[in-house]
Amino acid sequence: MRANCWYGKTTVRVEEVPDPQILNQRDAIIKVSSTAICGSDLHLYNSLVPTMVAGDILGHEFMGEVVEVGREVKNLAVGDRVVVPFPISCGKCFFCKDEMFSLCENSNPNAWMAEKMFGHAPSGIFGYSHLTGGFAGGQAEYVRVPFADVGPIKVPSHLTDEQVLFLSDIFPTGWMGAEMCDIKPGDTIAIWGCGPVGQFSIRSAFLLGAERVIAIDMVPERLQMAQAGGAETINYSEQNVYEALMEMTGGRGPDACIDDVGMEAHAPGVIFAYDRIKQAMMLETDRPHALREAIMCCRNGGTISVIGVYGGFIDKFPMGSVMNRSLTIKTGQAHVQRYMRPLLQRIENGDIDPSFVVTHRMSLDDAPQAYEMFKNKKDNCIKVILKPDMNGSNGPNGSASMRVH
Amino acid sequence: MSTRPQTGGGTSQTFRQQENNQDTPILNETSYAGERTQPGMPLANAKRLARGLGWFSVGLGLTELLAPSLIARITGVSEKRTGLIRLYGLREIASGVAIFSQKNPAAGVWSRVAGDAMDLASLSAACTDANRGKITFAAANVAVVTALDVMCAQQLSNGTHGVHAKGTCIINLQPEEVYDYWRDFQNLPRFMKHLEAVEEHADGYSHWVAKGPAGTTVEWDATIVADAPGRVITWRSLENADVDNAGAVRFEAAPGGRGTIVKVNIQYNPPGGAIGKTVARLFGEEPEQQLDDDLRRFKQMMEVGEVVVSDATLFGTGYMEQRPGRPANRRELESAESLPSELPTNYKSLEGRRMQ
Repeated sequence: MRANCWYGKTTVRVEEVPDPQILNQRDAIIKVSSTAICGSDLHLYNSLVPTMVAGDILGHEFMGEVVEVGREVKNLAVGDRVVVPFPISCGKCFFCKDEMFSLCENSNPNAWMAEKMFGHAPSGIFGYSHLTGGFAGGQAEYVRVPFADVGPIKVPSHLTDEQVLFLSDIFPTGWMGAEMCDIKPGDTIAIWGCGPVGQFSIRSAFLLGAERVIAIDMVPERLQMAQAGGAETINYSEQNVYEALMEMTGGRGPDACIDDVGMEAHAPGVIFAYDRIKQAMMLETDRPHALREAIMCCRNGGTISVIGVYGGFIDKFPMGSVMNRSLTIKTGQAHVQRYMRPLLQRIENGDIDPSFVVTHRMSLDDAPQAYEMFKNKKDNCIKVILKPDMNGSNGPNGSASMRVH
Repeated sequence: MSTRPQTGGGTSQTFRQQENNQDTPILNETSYAGERTQPGMPLANAKRLARGLGWFSVGLGLTELLAPSLIARITGVSEKRTGLIRLYGLREIASGVAIFSQKNPAAGVWSRVAGDAMDLASLSAACTDANRGKITFAAANVAVVTALDVMCAQQLSNGTHGVHAKGTCIINLQPEEVYDYWRDFQNLPRFMKHLEAVEEHADGYSHWVAKGPAGTTVEWDATIVADAPGRVITWRSLENADVDNAGAVRFEAAPGGRGTIVKVNIQYNPPGGAIGKTVARLFGEEPEQQLDDDLRRFKQMMEVGEVVVSDATLFGTGYMEQRPGRPANRRELESAESLPSELPTNYKSLEGRRMQ
C-alpha cells in the first residue's frame, strides 16, 4: 500500500510499504477513505518531537471502511464505515474506566520512553513518534487499529466524510478546550490560535453557552473564519493583545482563556526571538508565548485551558500570576472517545457542520506538497484532507489538488 | 535437563542466608524497601580502604597537578615531562571523585588499578642508566599501592556480582485474581521475555527454562519458599541451577479498592559473574528495565488479555529493538518471536468473502 512516511526535518515521502496485519485479537484493519493533516503533525514535520524514526508513517486523523476484524472485536463488521479516535485506548484500565482515554495504561508499548520524558506515560497515539507507542499512522491506504472494539464509531451514510472525519481529533479537541473552561451563562472566553482546533473551540464555546468569544491570531483568513463562527477577533500583529482584551472586558479580563496554539507560538518582536533562540539552542523545547499571555490576560479566579500541544519544557512561566490570582489550569490530550457520540449527535442535529474548516482536498500522493503548504500557510491553507483514492499530481492524471473555498 | 536434587538439598550460601532472613520479614510488606538496599553491598572494611585510597588519589593527583617538577625530582623522571605528570594528576583526581561519588566504589578502585599499570609502564619507559635507582624506588612504591588497589577492588566486586532488581505495577483487578494468575507459573513465560517455559511438578517443585546469552538456554529447578494466597509468593532455585536465583512477589490491595499493587523483588547470579553482568549491560540488558517491561506486559495480560504490540515494538521495546512505525513485511513477521495473535491473515484474501 502507499503511505506518507517521515524521513527527517520537513521531509516526508509517499512510499510503497507492506500492508498492515492483525497483530492483536482486538485489532481491526481500516481501508482509509479520508485522512487529514493536523497542526500537531507539523511539530513532527519540524522535528520538535523526539523519538521519531526514519520511515514512520504519519497521521492520526482518519476514517474509512472496516476490511478485517480480529477475533475479539464483536461490535464491528467488515464493511462498516467508521471514524477512528487518535488516542489508542484499551477500555479496561483505571483511566479508560474513568473516561480519561488519552491516559490509557495499556496501549503504549513504549511507555518507558514517555516515562523518562514526562514522569508517566500517556496512551498510544497513531503515527505520533515512538514515545506514544510507535504505531503506524493513518496517512495511508490501510491502517491497523488496535482496540477497535473501544475506539472507532460507526457513522451514518447520509453524512459525508468531511462532516464526520474531524470527530477523530480536532472537533473533540476544540470541544474539550472549551469544556475545560467550565463555561457559565454570560461568560467571555478568549481563544489564542485560530487554526483548525481554535475554530472548533470558538464554535464549541458558543454551543456550551458562552456569551462572547474573542479569538486571537494574525493570519487574515483564519481571523475571517473565526468571525464567521461568531467570534470577535484581535490581530496580534496589529494590536497589543493584553490592552485590547482589557479594553473589551472593562479591565477585568476574560473569564477563561484557551491556549489552542501550543509549543510553536509566534509572537511579535523580542519575546519571539528570545523563545526561538532558546528553542534552537535546546534550552527550552517549547515556545510558550501564547500560554504566558493567556495567563496574564485571564481575570482573577479564571481558568486557563491548555489544549494546544506541548512536548517538553518551557521557561519564564508566570507562576506568581497563577498563584496570587487564584487561576485554575486545566490541560490534556483530548479524551476523544468520551466526546465522539455526543458530538456525532450534534452533527446529526445540525448544530454544527465541521466541514466548514476544510480549505484543501488533495491526493494522498501529494502529502509532501500538502505539508509544505500547510506549514507555510500558503494559498490560505487552514485544513487539508488527503484522499488515498484520488489521483495526485505525481500520478498519471496530473494535478488534482483542489482548493475548496 | 539438570537433575533435581534431593528434597532439602543444599542451597548456595547467598540464598540460604536470605532464606533465614526471610522467615518472618517475607510476609511483612513494610520490609520491602529496606530489604532491597541491603544485599550485595560491599564489606565495610573494603569500603573504608577504598575511601583511604580515594583520599590518596586526590592528594597525589593535586600534587602532580600543582607541583609536577617536585614529583619529577622524587621519581627521577626528566623534568621535561611535567605536562604528562599533570595529566596523570587529573587522572588520579578523577579516580578519587569516582570512588567518593558512587554508592559502590568498585569501579573507582578498578580505575585506580588501571592507573597503576599506566604509571608502572611510564616509569619503565623513562628508565635510563642515570636515574635507575630513583625509578626503581618509585616503581616499588607504586607496586605496593597496586597490590592494595587490586585487593580492595576484588573485595568490593565480590559482594556485588549478584543482580538485584525490583519492580512494581498496579492492576485493575482484585489481589486474589492477580495472585492466581502468577501462581500458575506456566503463565509467566507469556509476559516474561527471557522465560521460555516453566513446568510445575506435583511436589511443589518446578523446572524453569530461560534464554541465556548468545542463543543458549539456562535451566534450573526451583522451590516455593513462602506462599500466601492473595498476598505473596517467594521462590528460590535449588542446587545445580545454571542461574542461581530467588524472588518474591507481593500482592497488596490498593487503597480505595482501586485494584492490586504488585511488588516484585528478584535476585540472581548471572552466568559469568561480574563479567557476565557487565557484558549483559553492554548489550542493553538492564535488569530493572527488563523487569519493568515484564511487569508492563503482565498488566496487559491481566487487564487486556494479551501483550499489546505496535509496529515499532514487534521485536521488543528497547531502543535498539525499535523498528519504524510502519507495517512489517512477511519475513519480519515470521521472525517476530511471539505474536499475540495466530499467524496474521491478510484481509485482501478476504475480499471474496466480503462480497457475500
